[in-house]
Amino acid sequence: MASNTETRPLLSRLLGRDAAVAQLIVITLLIFVAMTALNPDKFLRYYNFESLTYIAPELGILSIAMMIAMLTGGIDLSIVGVANLAAIVAGVYFRIPAVSEAAAAGGAGLVLHTAAAVLIALVVGLAAGGLNGVLIARLRIIPILATLGTGQIFAGLALVLTGGPAITGFPETWAWIGAGKILGLATPLWVLIVVAGLVALLLARTTLGVNLMLMGTNPRAAIFAGIRSGRMILYSYMLTGMLAAVAGGLLSGRTNSAKADFGASYLLQAVLIAVLGGTNPAGGKGRVLGVLLALVALMLLSSGLQIMRVSNFLIDAVWGAFLVIVIAINYLRSRK
Amino acid sequence: MSDTLIELRNIGKRFGGVRALDGVSLAIRPGEIHCLAGENGSGKSTVIKVMSGIYTPEEGEILIDGRPVGRLDPIRAVQHGVQVIYQDFSLFGNLTVAENLALNTYVLEGRRRMDWRRARAMAVEVLARIGVDIDPDAEVGTLPTSGRQVVAIARAILARARLIIMDEPTTALTRHEVDALFAIVRDLQAQGIAVLFVSHKMREMLEISERLTVFRNGRKVAEGPMSDFDEAAITHAMTGLSLTDDPYRPALPPGPPLLEVRKLSVPGSVQDIDLSLRPGEIVGISGLIGSGRTELARALFGMEPGMTGTIRLGGREIHPRSVQEAIALGIAYVPEDRLTEGLFLPQSIERNLVVSILERLRRGPFLDTRAVREKTLGMFRDMQIAAPSPETAVGNLSGGNAQRVMLGRWLLTGARVLILNGPTVGVDVGSKATIHRIIRDLAQREGLGVLMISDDVPELVTNCNRIHVMHRGRFVADLDGSGMTEDRINDALKTLN
Amino acid sequence: MKILHSSEFVIALVLLAAMVLIGLVNPAFWGLDNLFSLAKSNVVIGIMALGVLLVMISGGIDVSFPAIAVAALYIVVRAMVELNYDGVLVPFLAAAAIGLVLGGFNAFIIERFRMIPLIVTLGTASIVRGLVLGLLGSSIVNINKMPKELIEFGRHDLMTVEAANGATYGLTSMVLVYLGIALVMHLVLRHTMIGRSVYAYGTDAESARRAGFNTRRTIWFVYCLAGLLAGFAGMLHTSMIWQANPRDFQGLELDVIAAVVLGGASIFGGRGSVAGTLIGVFMLVMVKNSLILLKVDTTWQRVVVGLIIVAATAITAWRDRKKLA
Repeated sequence: MASNTETRPLLSRLLGRDAAVAQLIVITLLIFVAMTALNPDKFLRYYNFESLTYIAPELGILSIAMMIAMLTGGIDLSIVGVANLAAIVAGVYFRIPAVSEAAAAGGAGLVLHTAAAVLIALVVGLAAGGLNGVLIARLRIIPILATLGTGQIFAGLALVLTGGPAITGFPETWAWIGAGKILGLATPLWVLIVVAGLVALLLARTTLGVNLMLMGTNPRAAIFAGIRSGRMILYSYMLTGMLAAVAGGLLSGRTNSAKADFGASYLLQAVLIAVLGGTNPAGGKGRVLGVLLALVALMLLSSGLQIMRVSNFLIDAVWGAFLVIVIAINYLRSRK
Repeated sequence: MSDTLIELRNIGKRFGGVRALDGVSLAIRPGEIHCLAGENGSGKSTVIKVMSGIYTPEEGEILIDGRPVGRLDPIRAVQHGVQVIYQDFSLFGNLTVAENLALNTYVLEGRRRMDWRRARAMAVEVLARIGVDIDPDAEVGTLPTSGRQVVAIARAILARARLIIMDEPTTALTRHEVDALFAIVRDLQAQGIAVLFVSHKMREMLEISERLTVFRNGRKVAEGPMSDFDEAAITHAMTGLSLTDDPYRPALPPGPPLLEVRKLSVPGSVQDIDLSLRPGEIVGISGLIGSGRTELARALFGMEPGMTGTIRLGGREIHPRSVQEAIALGIAYVPEDRLTEGLFLPQSIERNLVVSILERLRRGPFLDTRAVREKTLGMFRDMQIAAPSPETAVGNLSGGNAQRVMLGRWLLTGARVLILNGPTVGVDVGSKATIHRIIRDLAQREGLGVLMISDDVPELVTNCNRIHVMHRGRFVADLDGSGMTEDRINDALKTLN
Repeated sequence: MKILHSSEFVIALVLLAAMVLIGLVNPAFWGLDNLFSLAKSNVVIGIMALGVLLVMISGGIDVSFPAIAVAALYIVVRAMVELNYDGVLVPFLAAAAIGLVLGGFNAFIIERFRMIPLIVTLGTASIVRGLVLGLLGSSIVNINKMPKELIEFGRHDLMTVEAANGATYGLTSMVLVYLGIALVMHLVLRHTMIGRSVYAYGTDAESARRAGFNTRRTIWFVYCLAGLLAGFAGMLHTSMIWQANPRDFQGLELDVIAAVVLGGASIFGGRGSVAGTLIGVFMLVMVKNSLILLKVDTTWQRVVVGLIIVAATAITAWRDRKKLA
């Protein structure tokens, strides 16, 4: 009987027996159809979808980061702070006279320094996530409060580094990360695909992923089963921080600038997409596929509304309403 | 005035397709001490919930003071004087004793104002009435278990209880505290309050109850005055089986002990324990909650960093400082509360089985899925887990099968010493025998050393070849062979204070 | 002796020590002008904090109160301008009513769909802010257009002091409003059954149900009152700064929650007091305002606030861990 699992069709194996995923596919299709019907001539244009492939990935990566924090019943309210701080530190690096001269000269020097900046941004994310992890796993501060506090610290440090205004003057290679193309597809989309693939693999096929899921379902049993819970939580927040830094890199590349208070609305949206994607905020449940579907659904929704000239403020309201509706649907479904 | 306080007539209650209660009748007289006995899942907690108005039965009727009451809801039950003291006491740890006592009464009276002065006066009065010395201004969370139980009783009295239902009231109490509790209960009786004990601890029930009702599989299978029963009769009624007298007397191979413990102490709970365990032995540890039995197990499992003394495993001295080290050394621990401490209920049998050997199933950075599957399928078969596939969620399994998953997990780690804390708590009668057989098999055939901690004295007597009685962190009696009888253990436990 | 062990006492000691320290670095701290302005800064945050305290005692968390406050103040002021209405009582009642309704929305979702309050209130905040900005616009109603009576009310001083250089400093009467609300909250939480039901529910929801409390009513009470306080605080804010800005209070939720945690409330519920919260709010406002006196660059403010949150929560986590042992 157990061998059934190997012979099941690829599609159903991919989707799993997850009602949330099926529900999401339906929601996404409904939104797609509705938006196409409401904007018959504008919605289906190639340009419209192409622009989404530049905007969506940064939010998608933040949502995946949020999902990882939620797997153990936590939450990371500092992701936007980390994203901005990482981008700003990279920006500051490019402002070092020696670096900016070498980068301006182009060629290998430019590539080398861009790689260095990417590395610096990732290390900032890793360190920031590490701080969260230590506060949560070692000092036992509950995640909401710990990341609330560190979010302020990161945003504050970003402010100190920039003094307020946005940092500009990233080299063209950096802009390519956020706005370029590889094989005709947006670079950010490639980044999202790679990140999503790696995280999915990590959750399903590594001890860290499996352990996080198990800890999320029952933290006490995890202790008796010999899972190194503290270390796993630390790693998960480091990963979350690093992903936030990746998102920060994409954002700064796309806009060619970095600022301490960029993307404030991303926090709520990341929570929304994670929850909409079937992640249980109490822990133990969450899938990359679900998060990606939720991302697509909401991006289609807001893009359609934008075409209809609905103000961005109202789109925020729609997103919030969506969150509440999803809560209601999930509740009613779980009662069955 | 009727001579029954509350009477259930032919009560039936279903949950989905399961018949939880089937034609149950039960009558409790004013001021009597009545005991409701039954194994887990026999329907006794459903009866409590019917009497307190939480569940509405589909069949039958409820009479209070001889009059049918129709639909009983929790508020009406309380108004009729029915009070339940659950095992967790339902107290508010952050609030003071006085407030805990007053809240229910105030809610009942429909008050809007919190009258602190009256709350304190009420507390002083009721605590004096049951003759205990507890500071009404203390935070309830700071009291010991027995103190919290007294507060719960006092709260029931204040709510003008005429019947107090107590769910497993003696589980966490020392013998001394049990005596104090019984004194209070007799006092309640003198004041005309009936008490219904719900318990599976027969010996204590024999001491205090006047009448007994026994449940099995949702039906009443015996009832009558306590004098009609002895322990064997109750056990027979509860389980439907007469205890098989098949004591475990393994043929022990010569050679050094598997596990040897010398002067093991954990500050505040365990003192100078000497213990040895040979391969194939099942050694029982009996003792009350708080006797240090759980801490002893935790110390061996690397969970008590403050531990002192020496532990030898297979002749080599070991110092397990973490759960991971203990597992790597071949020590396994099945915690008392499987559902909250042992298993990951929504997760698959597979994940529950391999959780403790994940690190060993790695190839490079990734898990070797083939190895995971092989290990899982092997153990799934060996333990005869009844489930459609290893992907079934453990939460869908019966208690017995869930316990097999637990044992299977530890066999996969290559454990040599198996520590079981309450191995058959919450397991139905049929599975209980199977689990005992599996444990015996593991000891006899695989040569594991088993340390069995249990509240269930008959379980220890039948399945262990030696038993230590633990009290206040020490072994106070060591029994083996023919000296190992229920009476001797119970006597040993009884004389303790 | 008992009072020495209460967390309020400890927080008060820390506060005193901090005041002495700041005073030593810059004696201007003790100037009446500084103290008056400190008191003024406490009012709005403090009233919001009392709402957050209530939610936190019940074991929840609310991040929607800044949005609710903005909605209340902006809707009411815009309506007054539109209708050419001037007055004090009606607008405050209207703002409180708006807050009450929005808080009721939170209560409905949390109670009906059993969702974690953090997620629900995040959603509410986004809906409310989006609707206010999207439907009413984002223009600021400035002092010229603000209803005059409202401004008059907000600028009322309790007492004024003339400084040596001829400038006058007033202690705003709104402090009385704040302390009055605090007193009422204290009485409600401590001396009414509904107040105690909040503690009971926050300590153990299941036990509260068993004790006979109507826990639905408790949830409704908590979120409605928190919303009402937020709406009222928003209105007070607008009358004190003489303008109505729909973008106000961005990120304020973090400060207020920090102040309440600083005041000894437990995020797990069941613990917290009005006195502690008043001190916590004062501490946070004082530190933020004094950074300038301490010659700390203003850009460092957020870092310092973040550090305070982390330190305060680390201490409470440590305290609660000792309790568990």
